[in-house]
Amino acid sequence: MAKISLTVNGKKVSAEIEGRTLLVQVLREKLGMTGTHVGCDTSQCGACVVHVDGKSVKSCTMLAAQADGTAVTTIEGLANGNELHPMQAAFKEHHGLQCGFCTPGMVMSAIELAKRNSNPSEHDVREWLEGNICRCTGYHNIVKAVQAGAQAMAAAK
Amino acid sequence: MAIDGIGAAVRRKEDYRFLTGQGNYTDDISRPNQVHAYFVRAQAAHAKIVRIDTAKAKAADGVVAVFTGADMAADAIGGLPCGWLVKNKDGSPMQEPAHPVLAVERVRHVGDPIAVVVAETLAQAKDAAELLDIELADLPAVVGLVDALKPGAPAVHAGGNLCFDWHIGDADQVAAAFKNAYKVAKIDLVNNRLIANPMEPRAAVGEYDRATGEYTLFTTSQNPHVIRLLMGAFVLHIPESRLRVVAPDVGGGFGSKIYHYAEEAFVTWAAPKIGRPVKWTAERGESFMSDAQGRDHVSHAELALDKNGKFLALKVSTLSNMGAYLSTFAPAIPTYLYATLLAGVYTTPAIYAEVKAVFTNTVPVDAYRGAGRPEAAFLIERIVDIAAAEMGMDRVEIRKRNFIPTDAFPYQTPVALQYDSGDYFATLAGAMNAIDYAGFEARRAAAKKVGKLRGIGISTYVEACGIAPSNIAGALGARAGLYECANVRVHPTGSVTLFTGCHSHGQGHETTYAQLIAERLGIGLDQIEVSHGDTNKIPFGMGTYGSRSLAVGGTAVVKALDKIVDKAKKIAAHLLEAAEADIEFKDGKFTVAGTDKSKSFGEIALTAYVPHNYPLETLEPGLDETAFYDPKNFTFPGGAHICEVEIDPDTGVVKVVDFAACDDVGRVVNPMIVEGQVHGGLAQGIGQALMEECVYDDKGQLRSGSFMDYTMPRADDLPSFKVSTAITLCTHNPLGVKGVGEVGAIGSPPAVINAVVDALKDYGVRHIDMPATPQKIWAIVNGGHRMAAE
Amino acid sequence: MYDFAYHKPATVADAAKILAADGDAKALAGGQTLIPTLKQRLAKPSAVVDLSAIKDLAGISVAGGKVTIGAMTRHGDVAASADVKKALPALAALADGIGDPQVRNRGTIGGSIANNDPAADYPAACLALGATIKTNAREIAADAFFLGMFETALKPGELIVSVSFPIPEKAAYVKFGQPASRYALVGVMVAKTATGARVAVTGAASAVFRWSDAEAALSKSWNAASLDGVKVSPDGLNSDIHAAADYRAHLVGVMAKRAVATAG
Repeated sequence: MAKISLTVNGKKVSAEIEGRTLLVQVLREKLGMTGTHVGCDTSQCGACVVHVDGKSVKSCTMLAAQADGTAVTTIEGLANGNELHPMQAAFKEHHGLQCGFCTPGMVMSAIELAKRNSNPSEHDVREWLEGNICRCTGYHNIVKAVQAGAQAMAAAK
Repeated sequence: MAIDGIGAAVRRKEDYRFLTGQGNYTDDISRPNQVHAYFVRAQAAHAKIVRIDTAKAKAADGVVAVFTGADMAADAIGGLPCGWLVKNKDGSPMQEPAHPVLAVERVRHVGDPIAVVVAETLAQAKDAAELLDIELADLPAVVGLVDALKPGAPAVHAGGNLCFDWHIGDADQVAAAFKNAYKVAKIDLVNNRLIANPMEPRAAVGEYDRATGEYTLFTTSQNPHVIRLLMGAFVLHIPESRLRVVAPDVGGGFGSKIYHYAEEAFVTWAAPKIGRPVKWTAERGESFMSDAQGRDHVSHAELALDKNGKFLALKVSTLSNMGAYLSTFAPAIPTYLYATLLAGVYTTPAIYAEVKAVFTNTVPVDAYRGAGRPEAAFLIERIVDIAAAEMGMDRVEIRKRNFIPTDAFPYQTPVALQYDSGDYFATLAGAMNAIDYAGFEARRAAAKKVGKLRGIGISTYVEACGIAPSNIAGALGARAGLYECANVRVHPTGSVTLFTGCHSHGQGHETTYAQLIAERLGIGLDQIEVSHGDTNKIPFGMGTYGSRSLAVGGTAVVKALDKIVDKAKKIAAHLLEAAEADIEFKDGKFTVAGTDKSKSFGEIALTAYVPHNYPLETLEPGLDETAFYDPKNFTFPGGAHICEVEIDPDTGVVKVVDFAACDDVGRVVNPMIVEGQVHGGLAQGIGQALMEECVYDDKGQLRSGSFMDYTMPRADDLPSFKVSTAITLCTHNPLGVKGVGEVGAIGSPPAVINAVVDALKDYGVRHIDMPATPQKIWAIVNGGHRMAAE
Repeated sequence: MYDFAYHKPATVADAAKILAADGDAKALAGGQTLIPTLKQRLAKPSAVVDLSAIKDLAGISVAGGKVTIGAMTRHGDVAASADVKKALPALAALADGIGDPQVRNRGTIGGSIANNDPAADYPAACLALGATIKTNAREIAADAFFLGMFETALKPGELIVSVSFPIPEKAAYVKFGQPASRYALVGVMVAKTATGARVAVTGAASAVFRWSDAEAALSKSWNAASLDGVKVSPDGLNSDIHAAADYRAHLVGVMAKRAVATAG
């Protein structure tokens, strides 16, 4: 067992881990933050996407030890109280979620796209979401939501 | 209409928790002192269990217990039951082999659970599982449907590989019609095996309270009451009164979370043995080999036509794969949800279908989004295109010539169903307009100039959902009723909780049902909560599948609301000192007709619970009503899907460049949610047509056992969709609703394949089996590999 | 995953020391292949040596007609680098097509090359561009580096420090993704250099390889049409549920032509 310290959604936390412990296990099992999901075991589905030092990564494909000393943002860290982050609000407005399971990863991934491109085309969004699988929505409304969310994020700056 | 009532595109009430990471999925639930179960699964498709030595595993770090099938057998635990009995042509019952929770003596498919290691942590359980000494003696396996019925094929069960040999329709009438046929269109086709793959893997947590004797199972289920009934009554012998099943937020189901699974029974059984809560969550790799899979038919069909292109008769012969064991509703899918739909939207007067269900050494097969109806629609819409080609007729014209006329409803088909309403001309026109069908040839020509092959394909379909009238289902072999239950609880201050027996795992029930209540009671959505998924809260329910939640569950809500309003009117009449017959209820107010005397809904609710001035002699206090609704008929959504594809002949890649769906789903309560349901269904249908395929090798090893090899449609595989509705009302439920959950997955696969075949018409292609992968298309274009196409 | 010891050395020398002392230890770069492999229990290392704290391993420089990329440079950083985009746009484009955005945010060039997955993209760039792989011990020409499936010329304890790509006159990489995993079913990198054309193929066989017939044809005339009739034999190519060997062989030709057309 080793101890890691990191910042999660602005709060300093620490956890006892094994070498093999994954970042997502620290979030879900040690810190009780179950908003980050695990949908596959081959690093394909993207349900587990969080931000580490500002970049989207698959928390199922990163050792917890690698996250020592980093700043992690999860889906739980986006809203300001009851006020949704613009990307979250866009997903609600455009019905970009159904069962909600892929949603945290989708939103976290989309936010990085929006930071890089404040006005992504449909093509841009579809390409960017290569690492996020949704089985419910057919992506149609996710694409609309991400485009609207990116514009809203730019407008809120 | 209330602002947020029927017809409003209300944003979903449930979204806040999902968007902020506060959903409560089964794997999010951790119980104090819980232990973790790891299932050791067969790696061979068919083998005799020679020996299982658990001693080393039991001694490993953190291990709490190790169980095998023998332990469960010693406890007289029952097998996993099948909920539907199909009879053979001669009236004898189907072969119904035992399905042990953990395999005993034999394993019959890759993934069949052999033993379970329970440990303090999952990692310890997995570490210890490697110390199990399991000796299996391989037996020859049978994988393919056709192979399984050959003489000398390895027998999956002692009774052989035929589960049942069933039929429907009038064989003599069909034979007579074929004698008079001007032309006969024929097709051999495969409906490819699929894996549902909801994004949330299955999970279960079992718990036992020694003080009360109550068991609790948290599980990823579409129907917790059904699980309670099946598991309690048939497997673990626990009375419902001491068994609570909770299906909390569930991350998609698509059918695969209807069934009662081994893991649910195991964790519930093991919890009191160990004296601690037992948790299991599937890794995706386990989902691939333990979730019930879908489709998997091999069919031959012939359609007889007269010289005008009118359909005279259809005969169909289908082999359907059951997998190694009967999943909960497996026998119903290729029979009553498939062959009864073979009339489609057409007036074909004579139909005969025979279906043989077959056991193989593969994962069990059961309903997957559409369940039987996509298989029927694919067969019909493919053979209609082939018939058009044989007749030299236009594909639109042949369909219109055979559509059930709009004034012919209710329409009795020759395969048992009576369609109540529909307008197939309207939905076809809607889809043709949306995709600019008239302009297609110009687009085809433009594509040709840049070396691409364009094609367009139509599918006009009908399906049956709103499952189901219990008496009919019972006569057809269902071992359960298929009504739905709603309990509307008005609280003293006028807010309302609905307890529904349906279950939302993406469908947005918390919003749609609230809209029904807002519409009827004239209260705001923020005054309404919808509770589902907990057998201790909800009186009863059959759950959500078969697009039944609004047509059946929603009608139960309406019936319960009827009772609420009836009682509230009595209370209002008392308070307003008027005759009950004179009380009108509108926009949340009870008014004495023709006066300005009124009471608000909230005042009535308060009076019901604070009955100081109340007709206590004739009326009970309280305002809490339950209704069970048993539907009078199935509902029959239908529509037209048109797909336009462009093929790159150099690589064989098929790109869906446009897709229009115009569906008749009955009355639309929330158009935003309805469109979303169609989008999702289309993605799964296009996935089936172009990408998805569950592949086993000839030894029964699963070759498509992860997202690395099973092609899930991704955002860049799909276009945006043109979705619209052209509705007719259902005539036998008060809302006029039909259902929308499955239409996208039912109508779209033949539209895609018809488009692909159209794009390749210069290559002499009549049919391509799904999925139409780049390799298959390239083989056709390349001319070398005719096995890919007829 | 089996458990292992985790090390995070600060220097290449320290990392090499741990790896040399323990043959069952594994170097961890971006982890985008190693971690999934560990999760499937397909490897059982005694220790994992995380290279991310070694400062001089990451970075990009363009000088002397070469683009040099530090081993721990993430794909996303190569894709976004203005210097790489300007000097060797084909390499930036290749990096931008590896995996998905989250993989590109973690995965590194050194990890990709050291792993030598038969369907990885970077090995094609190394071979086609005639890269030099610099390790803590020596410099290895790409032609001598990729030995076979998951097999390289790296010795135990030897770590990649950087990869230098000579800047070609023209180059492009085009791949056909395996539909499910999105790895290269076939990927072809073409480069026009002062000494002739080089063509490298990934995804199609057990390891990346140079396609000499195509190189000869393109060296004669740098034009997609030069590849008409030039065929790679399906013998020895991979065959799986997504593509039989003959289809892969065909795709090699199509991707090569498209790469030449893209390179201009």
